[in-house]
Amino acid sequence: MVDVFRALDDETRRLVLDELSARDGQTLFEICSVLTMRHGLSLTRQAISQHLGVLESAGLVDTERRGRSKFHYFNPEPLAEITGRWPTRKRTEQ
Amino acid sequence: MKIALTSLFVDDQRAALAFYTQVLGFTKRHDIPLGDNFWLTVVSPDSPDGPELLLEPSGHPAVKPYRDALAEDGIPLAQFTVDDIEAEHARLTGKGVVFTQPPTDIGTAVVAVFDDTCGNLIQLIEMKPAEKRTDAR
Repeated sequence: MVDVFRALDDETRRLVLDELSARDGQTLFEICSVLTMRHGLSLTRQAISQHLGVLESAGLVDTERRGRSKFHYFNPEPLAEITGRWPTRKRTEQ
Repeated sequence: MKIALTSLFVDDQRAALAFYTQVLGFTKRHDIPLGDNFWLTVVSPDSPDGPELLLEPSGHPAVKPYRDALAEDGIPLAQFTVDDIEAEHARLTGKGVVFTQPPTDIGTAVVAVFDDTCGNLIQLIEMKPAEKRTDAR
């Protein structure tokens, strides 16, 4: 189990979440091509697969098999831990 | 040296011929009995003398694990070029074809991936005209 803070402490993993929140339910192949072509990242498929593993372990990504392929979905629920710990509130004047 | 033929493994050659001709729109080029199987090729109707796609039987034991692993990760085994990917996506979806990836802008092109019902994922690509390309690299 990876905590949400560590999972977010990486630009590539944040880009993966950006892309999944833009279009949910992508295969590894699609995530790799989008990271390479839209963001100019030159990571191996294995490296991206490992990043997805970290996100999945932190509960930020869920996977689902449909047909013969595996699809990745963004799950924002663990992010509530952050706002729960540091809730936003109006600054009160002293 | 020229690339005149490339091949895909298919689960059932007759079903594959139907899909590749009736659904995708290719033309049968060769259909020669070869033991229990066929030397079965299709071509693009607008280049009948162009590259042939061999629809090869998938009986070899290495084929299943190879294709299963690639399909799980969504990796296509062939790529076909189209003029209008949105129109092809709509046309094929209307015929019941399942896409694992809808048309996706990747800067220099728009790509999509579908299941050919014969065991393979296939990528479609529409190249963008030079003035419309956005390249991250």
